[in-house]
Amino acid sequence: MSNDTPTKSKEYIRPMPANWWLTKRTYLLFMIRELTSVFVAAYAVFLLVLAIRRNDPEAFAALLSNPLLIALQVICLPMVVFHTVTWLNLTPKVLVVWRGEERVNPLLIAGAHYVAWAIISIVILSISCP
Amino acid sequence: MARSNEPIFWSLFSAGGVVAAFFLPITIVITGILVPAGWLSAEELRELVSHPLTRLYLFVLISLPMFHWAHRFRYAAVDLGFKKHAGLLPVACYGTAVLATVVAVWFLLPQSAAV
Repeated sequence: MSNDTPTKSKEYIRPMPANWWLTKRTYLLFMIRELTSVFVAAYAVFLLVLAIRRNDPEAFAALLSNPLLIALQVICLPMVVFHTVTWLNLTPKVLVVWRGEERVNPLLIAGAHYVAWAIISIVILSISCP
Repeated sequence: MARSNEPIFWSLFSAGGVVAAFFLPITIVITGILVPAGWLSAEELRELVSHPLTRLYLFVLISLPMFHWAHRFRYAAVDLGFKKHAGLLPVACYGTAVLATVVAVWFLLPQSAAV
């Protein structure tokens, strides 16, 4: 093979089609999980705007009754729940607990996190809607 | 060994992931479903948001999840084919998270700062 430039040889970079993540179900689920972060950030920005407008009752109420913003939040909810489920399912991989010689069942560790999620949600709900 | 900022950003990513996982779903249910459905009035929620503890809660719920997004999105964008921007992406992503944090500190921590 001839090469006109006597410099370093070029590293071979395997071409990756832009739609690689659509070719397998596991790749797709991985990409959905990564992109849940976009919905997390979008909702965080909404919370920020809402909090900034807290001293203006009309503007605050308008943000909460805007049909487009309600629709976006309803779309955000399943995406954020997907983030929660994938995150909590990974907790036994991160937290490996040993009781003596025995490893604590991974399902128990994930389960404890689901229970904590339920308790936190009920507490936040009861604080906001007494 | 070259020094790296990776541990700092990974820690913020992880903390943001935990906060988002536990607290965001119920918060979305409140602002996106319960208030529009009339279970809680906008005025009641506004009074709650004015409370110092709620503002602290919102600050944590805004800042850390923004860092969670920044860290995931910079890599996801490269995976989706934006390799040309691999140098710019971390600056843009972490920069946005820092900006959101500064704005949140400025407007949320003092009671009077809201507009």
